[in-house]
Amino acid sequence: MDRYSRRLARNKMWLSLSIGAAAFGLFWLAAILSTLVWNGLAGLSLSVFTEMTPPPGSAGGLLNPIVGSLILTTLAVVIGTPIGILAGTYMAEYGRYDRITYIIRFINDILLSAPSIIIGLFIYEILVVPMGHFSGFAGSIALGVIVIPVVVRTTEDMLLLVPNQMREAAAAIGAPQWFVISRVTYRAARTGIITGVLLAIARISGETAPLLFTALNNQFWSVNLNAPMPSLPVVIFQFALSPYEDWQRLAWTGALIITAAVLTLSILARALASKGVEQ
Amino acid sequence: MMNAIAVRAQAAEAPNTREKMVIHDLSFYYGDNKALKNIDLTMHERQVSALIGPSGCGKSTLLRILNRIYGLYPNQRAEGEVWLDGENILRPEQDLNLLRAKVGMVFQKPTPFPMSIYENIAFGIRLYEKLSRAEMDERVERALSKAALWDEAKDRLNASALGLSGGQQQRLCIARTIAVKPEVILLDEPTSALDPISTAKVEDLIDELKQDFTITIVTHNMQQAARVADRTAFLYLGSLVEEGPTSQMFSNPKDRRTLDYITGRFG
Repeated sequence: MDRYSRRLARNKMWLSLSIGAAAFGLFWLAAILSTLVWNGLAGLSLSVFTEMTPPPGSAGGLLNPIVGSLILTTLAVVIGTPIGILAGTYMAEYGRYDRITYIIRFINDILLSAPSIIIGLFIYEILVVPMGHFSGFAGSIALGVIVIPVVVRTTEDMLLLVPNQMREAAAAIGAPQWFVISRVTYRAARTGIITGVLLAIARISGETAPLLFTALNNQFWSVNLNAPMPSLPVVIFQFALSPYEDWQRLAWTGALIITAAVLTLSILARALASKGVEQ
Repeated sequence: MMNAIAVRAQAAEAPNTREKMVIHDLSFYYGDNKALKNIDLTMHERQVSALIGPSGCGKSTLLRILNRIYGLYPNQRAEGEVWLDGENILRPEQDLNLLRAKVGMVFQKPTPFPMSIYENIAFGIRLYEKLSRAEMDERVERALSKAALWDEAKDRLNASALGLSGGQQQRLCIARTIAVKPEVILLDEPTSALDPISTAKVEDLIDELKQDFTITIVTHNMQQAARVADRTAFLYLGSLVEEGPTSQMFSNPKDRRTLDYITGRFG
């Protein structure tokens, strides 16, 4: 066997190993998704969206956790997005060359990869304990704390992608810096920043751990932010671990709903991002 | 062509040209690196001054001092004086936004803002003037006409400026600059990213604009300097080697290095 055919053989070997690894990963992904769809569709009906979580043994739906999740997520985004965008703006625009920006970036990256249960415990310690009870409010803040580093990171990255020439051109007609940022660089980075927010929503909509210590759960309809609030991930957690078959079925359906929502958001984010590149 | 240069030479030496910008003992530093060395240079009102020289000679650096755009970056520092109508623009208390409204700049790469053609022009005007819709429409039209873009753009004013061709984008940038009514216009290799036809259009435009504005152009294209400039300055390694009427610079330079550069021996 000469050098050339040996090289071809080696190429074939690595190629099959790579294909094998990819197939292995895709197989489990497909297995998980198909199990989810199979089991989730079985329990999917209109009553899932119109009825409250039932006691074991009776019929019911997921209306209260769905609404709870929507409230918690919305509030978390409302809290986390402005802070994240402003911080990212500081890092990319005002303080780009400052030492503090390097420090913030480093800490933000740590926060980005921090296990979310730690954030739940942190909010438990500073909000739930002093307030004396679990609340939807605490849950939103915990999720908001998860939103912030994602938005900071994408905002900074997207603003840094805007060519300096754009800033120079705007400054060169006499625009003050905040004007340059708000009217020109934000506009140029808009799709990227929105993508970051969508990714943050996708990230928090499946979070369970930070809610266990903060919003807890609620078997009943509740939109009171000062009281425990139900959410899909926590209900899934509770129902899936229960011995009751109808609860387990609802857990599958809830999981399917979250997955579908996250998938939709991801596709939306992708579509926006590719539109941004075209510009 | 020779005639045009001869006419310009007369204008350049005519006594009635007022000094608009006077650079005195100007040095510039990128960190510790001294990029410009004790430059003395004068730009005359309603004339085109060209800065030429090989890459890295400091011609763009010099231009970027004149509206203090270098101030956007840390570790860049100018020393010396730049007088604009009797005011030293390098003094620390100089208001940079007002300075830049007075000294406009067009860059090498066209930099339309990510908004409509109309908004690109109105953006700058709105910074300093409150106009009615009709007045704004008129100002936008006038700026676009002056930049020889009106005929091409009038039917798509609300379309994104990013859809224009490179040459049109650059003329839009010129329109945007003149819309805020500056007194001085700085052009940083404005045609180096353009095709020959667009380049010719921009050069014609420069000829037009000098009726109203004092223009300083950086170019690495010596023919361009010869075509558009009344006076030309040759920079080399951060120093001003020679400055004078364009015709003289290209026919009878005083310095050996200028001769070598314009005859293509280096650069």
